[in-house]
Amino acid sequence: MENMVISTRGLTKRFANLVAVDHVSIEVRKGEIFGLLGPNGAGKTTLIRMLCTLARPSEGSATVAGFDIRSEGSKIREHIGLVSEKMIMYAQLTAKENLRLFGRFYHIPQPELDNRVNQLLELVDMEKWADKQIGRFSTGMKQRINVIRALLNEPDILFLDEPTLGLDPQTCSEIRQFLRQINTTHETTLILTTHIMVEADNLCNRIAIIDHGKVAALDTSENLKRMVSGSEMKVIEIDIRNLTNDLASSIDALNCVKTSSRLNETHIRVQAEGEEVFDEIIDAVRNAGGKINSINRLDPTLEDAFLQITGNEVRDLSVAPGSMERPGLRKTTRARSAFS
Amino acid sequence: MTLISALEDCAWVCWKDLKEFSRSKDQVVMLVLYPLLFMVIFGFIFPNSNTVANQPIAVANLDGTNNGSIGYAIYDALNATNNTNGVPYFALKNATNTSEAAAFDSIKSEIQNKQIVAGIIIPANLTECVENGTECNITVITDQANPQMSLEMQSILSQVISYLGTSIAQKEVNATLLHFSVNPINVTPLGIHFQGLIPGNPSYFDFLAPGVLAIVIIFVLATGFPRTISYEKDIGTMDGLIMTPIPKSSIILGKTLAQTIKGLLQGLIALLVAVYIFGAVVNGSIALVFLVLFLCIFSFAGVFLLISSFADNETTATAVTTMISMPMMFLSGVFFPISQMPAWLQPLCNVLPMTYAVSALQKVMLLGAPISAIVPEIIYLIVFGTVFMILALFTFRRVMSR
Repeated sequence: MENMVISTRGLTKRFANLVAVDHVSIEVRKGEIFGLLGPNGAGKTTLIRMLCTLARPSEGSATVAGFDIRSEGSKIREHIGLVSEKMIMYAQLTAKENLRLFGRFYHIPQPELDNRVNQLLELVDMEKWADKQIGRFSTGMKQRINVIRALLNEPDILFLDEPTLGLDPQTCSEIRQFLRQINTTHETTLILTTHIMVEADNLCNRIAIIDHGKVAALDTSENLKRMVSGSEMKVIEIDIRNLTNDLASSIDALNCVKTSSRLNETHIRVQAEGEEVFDEIIDAVRNAGGKINSINRLDPTLEDAFLQITGNEVRDLSVAPGSMERPGLRKTTRARSAFS
Repeated sequence: MTLISALEDCAWVCWKDLKEFSRSKDQVVMLVLYPLLFMVIFGFIFPNSNTVANQPIAVANLDGTNNGSIGYAIYDALNATNNTNGVPYFALKNATNTSEAAAFDSIKSEIQNKQIVAGIIIPANLTECVENGTECNITVITDQANPQMSLEMQSILSQVISYLGTSIAQKEVNATLLHFSVNPINVTPLGIHFQGLIPGNPSYFDFLAPGVLAIVIIFVLATGFPRTISYEKDIGTMDGLIMTPIPKSSIILGKTLAQTIKGLLQGLIALLVAVYIFGAVVNGSIALVFLVLFLCIFSFAGVFLLISSFADNETTATAVTTMISMPMMFLSGVFFPISQMPAWLQPLCNVLPMTYAVSALQKVMLLGAPISAIVPEIIYLIVFGTVFMILALFTFRRVMSR
């Protein structure tokens, strides 16, 4: 279809003994904000790298901006930008020097280049810092430059890999606002990876849930949530004064309970199915001597949808053995800054 | 994509590398210190004409001590010998033994006790032998536990003695022709004559200096290329470069250019130290020296680029490049000529580019060779460098988008 800017068919990437991306077929529409939601190690970054022509697929094909990723890489690169999880900037150079340098590499001619650099710096409130070395910036400031660097060549498609990872709430919100702005004013298609539910929910038009290299579901946030509530599944949050691990396990063991997760000292959240869900749960708790403070039925959130679809908790999923996204690429990169 | 634009891209990559480097104080300091310290250490380890002075030697002159004896002339000549700084080369001790055998024993024990570094036994009948034209031997005993000093001693002493022999012969001839009954053994020690000996007699350090220059360069590159390639891969900026329209070859060549500039700078520092602090000579043209250094860098660039592209990170890359550089130091004719190495090893030595670089540098610096004398070395370095550079360019593309 003509308004598909990205289209993949069976895209696969294998490393020595593991399949990082497993026959992924997705389509992204022009002008949409598309999210790839999944835990660490799911294959999100590898997928993005293939679409950016930074990695070669083992199998399958894809077109980006209408060009084939295997054979027309240089044309693709003219139309895309990448906001990588690692900062693509040189610590010893100033913000302006970095931007000018990449601008020159994009062959942007001179008076235009300086204008664009100044505009971009203003867009993210960084004009005052234009002539300071980037190595001295805070993480939030670096990320702002990281984002505008990717906009130098005015790309049609912007790829972002965990754009708000490790940032304070204020900066997160500013960056998200900024991304919405680019999307609406320039019709730039955004593809972003994240494992932050709120971000996927608020920002993205459509979300692909990815786990173990496969796309488990692809739809708008609303539709994904409806997948949970459309069934007999109920999401219930229970506040038990004297909640113990044993009690939590016994709740989890109930037949009607499909998944459960202990939120904190006293709260447990369950997804349960069936007619007599409330009765069963309350009986189980009281028989074990638990004291119920409150019991609420919630609207399913994206996280619930994720839980149901993948059977995994995003929050406390550590990298399962053998399922690393890309050997050598670590999520802690931003915290362990290359410029310290 | 025009050639001009590719060259411009190349230049900007080089500019970026050098700018980054110049803003990092640590790296700038290391750039200067490294060749400086390297050459200084080598200069002090290996004796050279500037630092060697007042070497204690014993002279057992059994030939009489009056002005007319040749033994005395030798003693005087040695006393007047100075190094290039004008400091006496020897501190002479007169041994008062009465026979050659006794002198030998006494000298031997003094050497073993490290009181002297060499001893000379001048036989009692030296003057007679020279007058009669018969052969006669002067015994020189050196401390072979100190091989470099031994070699120095041997070469200087033999020069002194043979020079004396020449002047005596000349006097003899003159005397015959002129029918003078001049005492043919009246050789006055001429301090001025002997000073000329030392500069014309290259010390071990002078022989080493060209090779050490090459060693400095190769180690600089062995850490430089991994840093510039693997480090950028590690921190993610390499992705940024690859995503721009600049050709991959511009990235590689731009970085190689930056490394070349840094390498030549460090070569210059090492050369200055060798010449001005340790008195090494550059008998040939400096421009030629730098041409050879440039080709030396070019010949290694491709290999180190290949290694850096394939390695997972900077540490691995550096480990491999230094692992290659270490043995190359010893196999390339720096410390001793290749002809002295085991026969099975020599073909390997003759393949290494460093061998050719060192050989060319030695020819230019020690023998003052013109460019025509080092053509084979130049050709080899260019060919080797080109082959590996092409390989590196080709694999860089593939490796970067694995």
